[in-house]
Amino acid sequence: MNTENSATGEGKGGDVIVETVSRLMVPFIQLFALYVIIHGAGGPGGGFQGGVIFAASFILLVIAFGIVDAGDRFPEAVNTNLFSVGVYIFAGVGLLCVILSFGAAQYLNYGFIPLTTHFEENRALGMDLVEIGIGITVMAVITSIFFNLVWKRESEEEVGEKEEQE
Amino acid sequence: MIWQLDLIVLFLIVAIAIAAITVRDLLSAIMLLCAYSFLMAVVWVQMHSVDVAFTEAAVGAGATTAFLIAALSRTARWEKK
Repeated sequence: MNTENSATGEGKGGDVIVETVSRLMVPFIQLFALYVIIHGAGGPGGGFQGGVIFAASFILLVIAFGIVDAGDRFPEAVNTNLFSVGVYIFAGVGLLCVILSFGAAQYLNYGFIPLTTHFEENRALGMDLVEIGIGITVMAVITSIFFNLVWKRESEEEVGEKEEQE
Repeated sequence: MIWQLDLIVLFLIVAIAIAAITVRDLLSAIMLLCAYSFLMAVVWVQMHSVDVAFTEAAVGAGATTAFLIAALSRTARWEKK
């Protein structure tokens, strides 16, 4: 990976301190992001903030290990599928509530999902499901925006180099 | 709420905002915007609005700074006169 970075003229990567610190930090950042997503129903935080923190861990990986190595681990097709999965979870929970509330059309009234026997516990669990959907979508979108911003530059440089050679 | 601390932080925010639009080094402008977002998060916490402060710190100081630096790496660093 270091040779690839030096070949493309990138100054990033290859630094022992940056790589070690980011390798140690990333699991804790992701655990904190999951805590924020799950804890969002009853306190500060939520799906959006947790998704942004989760995406920040991927951005840290890109900064530490270079776009080539990280890009292989998060392919664009997986990101594109994750956008849809999050939205489908959100809309699916809402439509399930509409169906299970028997004609009352209670969209996103989580209490009607029969996960447990208590209405309030159903509401808390349904809220967590929706937060997970929001978190997945936000994480995938922000990671994809950052990857596209960084990737396009390299392809344009390659085009520019080819034009210069011709 | 400690009004002296509030006054200092708000004065710093105004100073950083003015510096961010007058500086000609765009990387410095991005870093000043990062500091601006962070101090805004401090102000939100002081106003007991932890949720907004959380979003401000995660998006404003974290993700937006990374996006702006990624965008800056595709253009020139110095603003033209």
